[in-house]
Amino acid sequence: MSQNGAATSAVISVENAQKYFPVSKGVVVRTTIGHVKAVDGVSFEIKQGETFSLVGESGCGKTTTARMILQVEKPTAGIIKFQGNDLATLRSEQYREYRASVQAVFQDPWSSLNPRMRVGSIIMEPLLTNRKLSKGEAKEKLESLLEEVGLHSFQGDYYPHEFSGGQRQRIAIARALSLQPKLIVLDEPVSALDVSIRAQIMNLLRDLQERYGVAYLLIAHNLATVRYMSHNVGVMYLGKIVETAPTHELFTNPMHPYTKALISAALPSHPDIQREDIVLSGEIPSPLNPPSGCAFHPRCPFVLDRCSKELPVLKELKPQHEVSCHLY
Amino acid sequence: MAKQAPVLEVQDLRTYFYTRTGVVKAVDGVSFSLMPGETLGIVGESGSGKSMTALSIMGLVPKPAGKTVGGKVLLDGEDLLQKSNSEMRQIRGRKICMILQDPMTSLNPVYTVGNQLIETLRMREDARGHGLKERAIDLLSKVKIASPETRIGNYPHQMSGGMRQRVVGAIAISGSPKVLIADEATTSLDATIQYQYLQLLRELQKDTGLSIIFITHDFGIVAKMCDRVAVMYAGKMVEFAPVRDLFNKPSHPYTEALMRSVPNVDEEVDKLYAIEGQPPALDKLPVGCPFAPRCPYVFDRCLHEYPTSVTVGENHHAHCWKLI
Repeated sequence: MSQNGAATSAVISVENAQKYFPVSKGVVVRTTIGHVKAVDGVSFEIKQGETFSLVGESGCGKTTTARMILQVEKPTAGIIKFQGNDLATLRSEQYREYRASVQAVFQDPWSSLNPRMRVGSIIMEPLLTNRKLSKGEAKEKLESLLEEVGLHSFQGDYYPHEFSGGQRQRIAIARALSLQPKLIVLDEPVSALDVSIRAQIMNLLRDLQERYGVAYLLIAHNLATVRYMSHNVGVMYLGKIVETAPTHELFTNPMHPYTKALISAALPSHPDIQREDIVLSGEIPSPLNPPSGCAFHPRCPFVLDRCSKELPVLKELKPQHEVSCHLY
Repeated sequence: MAKQAPVLEVQDLRTYFYTRTGVVKAVDGVSFSLMPGETLGIVGESGSGKSMTALSIMGLVPKPAGKTVGGKVLLDGEDLLQKSNSEMRQIRGRKICMILQDPMTSLNPVYTVGNQLIETLRMREDARGHGLKERAIDLLSKVKIASPETRIGNYPHQMSGGMRQRVVGAIAISGSPKVLIADEATTSLDATIQYQYLQLLRELQKDTGLSIIFITHDFGIVAKMCDRVAVMYAGKMVEFAPVRDLFNKPSHPYTEALMRSVPNVDEEVDKLYAIEGQPPALDKLPVGCPFAPRCPYVFDRCLHEYPTSVTVGENHHAHCWKLI
């Protein structure tokens, strides 16, 4: 899979990916009455050693996008390329390699670790299925992985219930790291953890990225976490990316009204901080029947006439800063 | 500000759990007071005793394992801990009420929203008939639910999370309480919906002069909403301060460390400070200061004696030996 991999440094690139879920009606005769456009034309790429974050409220399609990259969901349309190769055209051998190169860490370390397996077996399972290792090598590898994430080597014999939430998330990270992946999908990796533990895990993730050059796709709703962890951010609303920019640019110069509202709704870090007050009316509309034109127009405080008629497209307004809004 | 009597005064509250492994001191000597119209924040991590403090005030500590073994909860001068169960039922909802984190579990899924609102109204007012439905619609419009006339016939599952939490809010304020305890009330909501809800609580407070206790782990909510803050760790209040003083001059090492470990939306931080270790198990509390094993400034005295309250500013106290 290296023939055109060298041409680009993007580990993964997603081009116009779509995922529609059919909605059906009827008990005996099931008829499809429509589609939920969970992801509707999303494009981005993640370079080696970088973190790209998808932010947005529940139902905006960020998790579905991650699931397509993990190949849990097949895209309805669009292309996902791994190191320049289209996933849909990979042969089984290459596909196995892809599966090994993309790993995930999930939100809830209480449900993502098998309670009946010892931590050592949990961490080593992906490695033993994918690589041939002697017993000695496996033991050595396990010890180095445990040490890498800040656990003691004897803790490999323990069961998950003997660990606290933060330690369990460390175990999940060790498991994801075991195959030396190119990309790790982090789906809300710290939101289930206690405040004082979150910093430990975020620092660990950043250190590992620096050491191994692994790329992260971070799914999070907490903007502070996103600002701390990522290089680039994409803001999603109803299945579309409405704004994407490097982190600093996005937070200091948000352009899309939805991004502005999200940042204005983010809780302040000091009582004296006064934000521009952008209160959105209403809630996210149903993705089954999204509004015409720009999907955000019913809630947008700056709505124009053409917003309800024409669909805006992403335009590059500044280097690497793309916004999809009729205001610009 | 004229001197007012506090609506709620909690003195040396102690709630213990008796388990096989020993006594868990979930709330261990908590004292604070709440003025009319004031918003107090109680911050802490899970297991710090913040929710148990709220449940102790409400008289809802899980029995038989848990028991409030000491202290006073004075609501308008009356000690709630001395009340019988039936007396407490009269007080809960009328004078003091609570909003919980997950609206899906606090609403009954098999009754319509209107049904549940009318039920509370009937319990509280001994009123009957058509007037109740109008009052319920009125309450729904107070919490800014669009078209309350049709929404009143909805079941909880037909509403979004934000709307459900509004209904819970409507039920909570239906008895015109004096004190509202919001226990992580907005944690399960999306950012923009959370913002709307906090704004709503502010307006309700302005209209009714309600006192609110926010129980949260999020310093952002504290910064946005609260007048005063109490920081809890291992069942004790370790620092108590007006909100600005707490942010400008966190005095307890735990508060300071916690603030430095939270990422910031407003600026980029180079590296977050991480507090080593984990909160202690409450049945095996260390002698001395419970934060000592994780504290960067720890010295000998911390390991032997629990620190006394030190005044570090006006209305600003912290329990730490370092400050003496």
